[in-house]
Amino acid sequence: MFKRLDENPAATVTVTIDGVQFNVPAGETVAAAVLASGFGHTRTTVVSGAPRAPFCLMGVCYECLMVIDGKPNQRACRELVNDGMKIECQHATGRL
Amino acid sequence: MPACDGPTIVVKDHYQLVIIGAGPTGLSAARVAADHGVDVALLDEQPAPGGQIYRAMESIPPARAGLLGDEYQHGRKIVSSFRQCNVDYLSDTQVWSLNSKREIGLLQGDEPLMITADQVLLASGAMERPVPFPGWTLPGVMNAGAGQILFKSHGIVPNDGVVLAGSGPLLLLLAWQYMHAGVKIQALLDLTPMRNHLRALPRLPRALMARHYLAKGLVYKKDLKRAGISTLHNVSDLHATGNDHISSVSFRHRGRQRSIETELLLVHFGLIPNAHLSRAAGCEYQWDRSQQCWRPELDDWGSSSIDGILIAGDGAGIGGARTAEHAGRLSALQATYALGIIDKYERDQLSRDDRKWMHDDLHIRPFLESFFHIPRKLLSVPDDDTIVCRCEEVTAGEIRMAVADGHSDSNQVKFLTRCGMGPCQGRQCAEAVAHIVAAAGGEKVAQGGHYRGRPPVAPLTLGQLASLYPEETE
Repeated sequence: MFKRLDENPAATVTVTIDGVQFNVPAGETVAAAVLASGFGHTRTTVVSGAPRAPFCLMGVCYECLMVIDGKPNQRACRELVNDGMKIECQHATGRL
Repeated sequence: MPACDGPTIVVKDHYQLVIIGAGPTGLSAARVAADHGVDVALLDEQPAPGGQIYRAMESIPPARAGLLGDEYQHGRKIVSSFRQCNVDYLSDTQVWSLNSKREIGLLQGDEPLMITADQVLLASGAMERPVPFPGWTLPGVMNAGAGQILFKSHGIVPNDGVVLAGSGPLLLLLAWQYMHAGVKIQALLDLTPMRNHLRALPRLPRALMARHYLAKGLVYKKDLKRAGISTLHNVSDLHATGNDHISSVSFRHRGRQRSIETELLLVHFGLIPNAHLSRAAGCEYQWDRSQQCWRPELDDWGSSSIDGILIAGDGAGIGGARTAEHAGRLSALQATYALGIIDKYERDQLSRDDRKWMHDDLHIRPFLESFFHIPRKLLSVPDDDTIVCRCEEVTAGEIRMAVADGHSDSNQVKFLTRCGMGPCQGRQCAEAVAHIVAAAGGEKVAQGGHYRGRPPVAPLTLGQLASLYPEETE
């Protein structure tokens, strides 16, 4: 869906998204990193299990809830990437 | 934790003025109040000042800033002026509560705090009007504003073939910005109905008194046309289809049903005040027919129905970023006056330019509001199978059934259907539910009502809440 403009980021960090490693620019939000890394959706819904992706990216839609470093229900548009961060698609409520 | 660019601020228990939101309103207000020696805290959820409109202003690479245009770069002045003033600027801070006693609950990282203020200025800005249509919940369908945030903050743009659809100045601006970044836009679907031209015509003469707005819009249009971007006007019946992701968008144009294949559809239907916190505080609201949204009841200075709580900028009613600067200054002067630091005469003298700007801006608004008036049919979600509440997956048909059963206001529909009870707390469905309820019951939207707001307006764990009262949990 998205691509990064040809800019040279000052620094990058390594994150894993659903088990796959990616180098992403430092300072990116998790939602931005996930979208630019080619992932189509970030959660499945509680009611029907349908896939969903970030919708507003400004904190008002709560569609980008993901499991970040084991913690469910994090708004991926508000969290910045960290080196070694583990990012996972959230299924339903995100709890086993 | 995000990088901190200054010494850690020790948050005080009490401030003379707390400003919530670091967009043009909040930044300008902070500067004015601080210059008068007011003890100010500015709270904002983002890591850096600028709000949505001037996002990433301090860190953006110059080339990217150039692609975004002059209006964006105007924000540099506001942000740097703010940086020169003495306020407690609390970034990465989420406000989860505000009450009529001006007690403010906030979260810094994972740590909850309660502070109080003599005066509170809400500068929470706007959000995009959520308009449910078939397929809008599919991955690959996003707000145009979301696309713009990716561009401003991160230099991320759509792959070639993106489709833009909706109605409003932002859609045009985003298309223009993408064009400069070399993104190939497959189509721009303008859902502004042709009859809006007629509707807006009587307001044109007055709008010509603020013709710089119109001139800008015409430049964007001309540039897009010259670049060969296909723009279809008077489009209706927007529909996104796909299984787990959008694969095509279909619509009606010139009496024909058409379909375009795409993996990304960016939609926009205007802006509405971001009102969640002020509603939870209990500020009175009224329906504005021209802006098609609820606006807080305010006086000319931005004072709300609650003593000591002011609301300014787009959160008070959509006026745009430039107007927000002036509105922020006006409200800051009012707060400074209410604190007894300046007298009435000083307030009136110091605010003369800002009041003039606010007055002149009224020339253009009625024209823009009637030109970009969203058809009521679209707002009341005609297709029964369309999901209205994205969180609880409640459809328009289920809401209409609840109305048919005698539940004739938004809050009753909410209790019955769970519509608006998910994580977004109704931010994405409240407007649509009010329109559906009103249309189904043959009433005006104002009578359909709006969900009651309650704290916490941001996610908070029970542990965080309990930690505010250690003596009771020991």
